[in-house]
Parts: sequence; C-alpha cells; structure tokens
Amino acid sequence: MKHYLDFEMKLKPLETRLEEIKRFYDVNDPHYAKEIKSLEKKIAKLEKEIYSDLSPWQKTQISRHLNRPRTLDYVDHLFKDYFELHGDRKYKDDPAIVGGFGKFNNLTVAFIGHQKGRDIKEMAQRNFGMAHPEGYRKAMRIMDLASRWKKPIITFIDTPGAYPGVGAEERGQAEAIASSMYLMFSLCVPIVSVVIGEGGSGGALAIGIADRILMLENSIYSVISPEGCAAILWRDGTRAKQAAEYLKLTASDLYQLKVVDEVIKEPLGGAHRNWKETFTNTEKALVRHLEEILSVPPEELKEKRYEKFKRMGFFLEEK
Amino acid sequence: MGFFRKKEEKEVKVHKEIDIKREIKKAEAEKEETLWLKCTSCMELLYRKEVERNFSICPKCSYHFPISVEKRIEFTFEPETFKEFYSELAPYDFLKFKDTKPYSARLQELKEKTGRNDAVVCGSGRIGEIEVLSAIFDFSFMGGSLGSVVGEKITRLLEEGKRRKIPVIVFCSSGGARMQEGIMSLMQMAKVTGAINRLKEDGVPYITVLTDPTLGGVTASIAMLGDIIIAEPKAMIGFAGPRVIRETIKEELPPFFQRAEYLLEHGMIDMIVDRREMKQTLHKMLSTILS
Ligand SMILES: [Zn+2]
Repeated sequence: MKHYLDFEMKLKPLETRLEEIKRFYDVNDPHYAKEIKSLEKKIAKLEKEIYSDLSPWQKTQISRHLNRPRTLDYVDHLFKDYFELHGDRKYKDDPAIVGGFGKFNNLTVAFIGHQKGRDIKEMAQRNFGMAHPEGYRKAMRIMDLASRWKKPIITFIDTPGAYPGVGAEERGQAEAIASSMYLMFSLCVPIVSVVIGEGGSGGALAIGIADRILMLENSIYSVISPEGCAAILWRDGTRAKQAAEYLKLTASDLYQLKVVDEVIKEPLGGAHRNWKETFTNTEKALVRHLEEILSVPPEELKEKRYEKFKRMGFFLEEK
Repeated sequence: MGFFRKKEEKEVKVHKEIDIKREIKKAEAEKEETLWLKCTSCMELLYRKEVERNFSICPKCSYHFPISVEKRIEFTFEPETFKEFYSELAPYDFLKFKDTKPYSARLQELKEKTGRNDAVVCGSGRIGEIEVLSAIFDFSFMGGSLGSVVGEKITRLLEEGKRRKIPVIVFCSSGGARMQEGIMSLMQMAKVTGAINRLKEDGVPYITVLTDPTLGGVTASIAMLGDIIIAEPKAMIGFAGPRVIRETIKEELPPFFQRAEYLLEHGMIDMIVDRREMKQTLHKMLSTILS
C-alpha cells in the first residue's frame, strides 16, 4: 500500500494513473506510450518542486514515512545467510528490537536495530519500534556475543523513543539504556551505527555508541520529538514544525555539529521513493567506514570511541 | 469603528483592575509562602522554618525536600574541605534556541539569580578522613538539566577520579535533557557514560545518590550506573516522567510508582538513606570498600 504525506499528495493521481497503465494496458501501444512519457515528465517535474527544498518538519515526516525501509529490509537486502536471535534470557523477547548475525560484504557481522513494522498489524506487534528494557537487554546479549566472537557490529537506529510505560519503568528502562551505552564503550570490536529513520532520544542512543555514526539524508536524530518539545515549551504540540527547526535534528544539521560522520544520500524525495538506490548508497557507505576501522587495533578503537564522544558539547572556558 | 474602540478601552480598564487585585493577592500569597510550605508528598501545610531546621525533611511524612548545593555540601563534607573545580566553564546558546524567551537570556538570568554558570557543582571534599570527588546537581538551574557544561564538568571529574584513584559520588536531581541544547544534550549522556565506564573499569568506586526528582537522560546514564545506588526517601526516580506515562497508557499509575521505595522493591537501587544519616552511611561504606 503506497502512502502519501500531505505535501506529497499532488503526486498521487499521476503515479496512480501511471501504475494503472503499466498494469492493465499495452505499454507498447503508441497512445499509452505517449501518456506514460508525459506522466513521467510531469512526475519528475513535480518531484523536483516538492522535494528540492525540504523543511526540517517535512524531513521529520519523511523519516517516519510508512513506506520507508526498516531495519529488517536493510538486513534482508544487504546481508547473506543471516539469522535473527531472540530474547534477553531474563524476561522476554522484545520485537521492537531485532538482532542477529549475517554476512555483510563477505564479513560476518552482528546486526542490531529497532524495528518499527510496516503495516498496522506489524507496527502494533512491534510497539512502533519503542523498546522495553528487554529489547536493550537482547541487544546487549548480541553485543556480548559479537565481542567474544570478534565480529564487527552494525546498528540500525529507527525509533520514536524508548517506551514510556509502567512495566518498562518497573523493569528498569533507564538502567537498560545506561547499561547498553556502557557496554558499547567496553567493546573492542568495530561498531558502525546508521540512523535510517527516526533517532528518538535515549531509546535511540542506547544502541548508538559507535566508532562511526552515519545518517540517511532524511532521517532525524533528536533529544526529544518536535511534538514533545513543542508541548513542553509552548504547551502546544501543534507547534512541532517550529520546534523541528529549533532542535537542529536533520542529518545535515548533525553533520555540521560533528555528531555524525557522514550523510548518506537518499533518492530524490526520500528512501521510500526508491529502496534499491537507498540500499546501494547505504551499503557503499557502510563498506567504506567498516574498512577504515577494521584495521584499527582493538584497544585503540575503544579509546578513540571514547574520545569521539568526549569531544561533543559546546561551552566557554573563561580564563 | 468608534464603538469598537470604546469597548476595547473599557475592557482594558477592567483588565487593569483585575491585574492590580491579582498582584495584591500574589504578593500576599508570596508572603505566606515564605512562612509556610506545602509538602509535595503528604500535602500537609508546614512551617517553613521548622522544615529547614529539620534538614528540609517533612516532619509529618519524612519527604525530603530538594536542598541547595550549599546545604548539600554542608551536610556531606567536613567543614571547609570542599573545593570547587571547573567553575570557569560556562554555557552558551550555540543553537540560537528560542522558546518563550531566548536560551541566552535564560542563561543570563539564571546566572544572576543563582550566581552559578550552570546546573552542576563539581569538586573535592572530605567525608571524615576520606577524600572524595563529588558532583552535585542544582535543580534550581533549569531543572538540573544535562547540557554541555554539565556533561563536560562531570566527565572531567570522572577522569580526575580515574587518574587519582579517588571515589566519585554524584548527587543527582534533574528533570533530564536540556532541550535548548538539542542533540548535544543527548550526546552528554553518551559522553558521561564513557567516562563512567573508564572509571569503573579501573576499579574506582562510583556512588550515586538520587534525590527528588531524578528523571530522563540523567537517570539513564549517570544515576543508574552507580556501583552503589542510594536514594533519599520518597524521591521520584524514573526514565519517563509520570505525566508522559499517564498520557501514553491512559491509565492511573500504581501508588508510589517511581518513588524510591518502589524502586528498592523492584531491585533498581541498593538502599534508601535518610538525609540525616547520609554522611555516616557514605563514610562507613567508603571506609569498608577502601580498606
Ligand atoms: Zn510530608
């Protein structure tokens, strides 16, 4: 099912008609061939109009787009012979976080990521990618395996945030997030994180302590959602658009603030418009960064990871 | 047009009268407030002086009111032994963030009001004969929120602890992240966690004392990573705030939810210690660990 955001709506009739022709009519018929050509031209023009200058709020919407590829889509397209592991061995299996091992570019690596789900049923089952403590504890289990088996780790970040619920608090949501970050600082294997959609606060950062942090062009990474920020600051959640601008949460903002190491280019309009191109670009970036850090001695890797985060922050030092 | 203008003028007058009345009422309430204090926990109306004489503990229900950094130093360390570090670090508005007022103006105001640059005081002091390094959050400075300066100061303190092999005690009270510093606030969680990791891997004790309230990003980094986690009675401790949880699950929360006693029962903290016994407890603990 193809979804359209409010500002993408103009594309809907053209694309629907295009698909209709391709499905039901003879595309070699000169009459239809002509219509296809004209439609494609119109779509390309409209795409440029709509997508060439996206606001932070529009990027936020794209980062949450229902047709945007999710962690398991990346794993499925980029990994060979992969398998998923389940459960934290303490309480239960949290479907909001997935993880396992597979071959990436002929190298066995661990993968861990938030999984939002694509249709309503899967989204509900996976709690929209909002993890409970069990999710982070499963992630830690996989990190520990990767460390002992000396395999690099790739994490995929895509969550609105850690789930705010009674059970989550009772079972130590804060402890789980803190411990996951803590563990990532202990590991001597290479770690690369990619923000593929929404990087929501502590729930995202919990699996985001990496040697390289990459971000897809239309993904966001923020201390709080624009809606949450607006609700707190102005007691008005509808001012999210303004909050999105203030928060500096887009990939290019974060690159300028030196939080991320690379912005991965998305096809025009966003990852949802062309999955294949998105996967190719992501794969290339991952391969390049992994290769660079694979040659770093383990202890040095760990040291540099700490130094990387230590540099973050802006302050004045009065003399 | 004339008619409308008249009406507006009249309304303005009425508003002014109400404003004056309101101001008088407010001033009276403030006067009352300086004398009386309502307990956050049992809602009892208390005589402020009596509470203050009692280590800012409610005499009715023993709820521990938030206290100033100065009081915390006085209650914890031997007199004249606390030396502050890194007070020269100051925040600035690098995102040009503006909510109801610009972040830069907010910072300036708070600096004048509190005499402090940011929401944490770091330094060294003695508890009995034991030297410790300590960070104390100031909730009155933007809700003790975790900005770049707070992160940097605590990171430096932890590195100092690692270098000198001296235990670190952090007294937490924080609403969590500082939105006005956006992603940099979030990254401070990672930064301090990295520094805690290095301290703890060297076997230097790291103790956290959670006071009312300890929430959000501070709980999910500094607070919950303590080798030993102590809380003050009835302190609210959590990741998400109760309001957010209530709005998400659309149900009433269990009694004492996210209070220190609840966390102790659920295995999330080691002990609850009365403020009047905090110093002795820390001393006994440290001398046992260090011997
Ligand atoms: Zn009381």
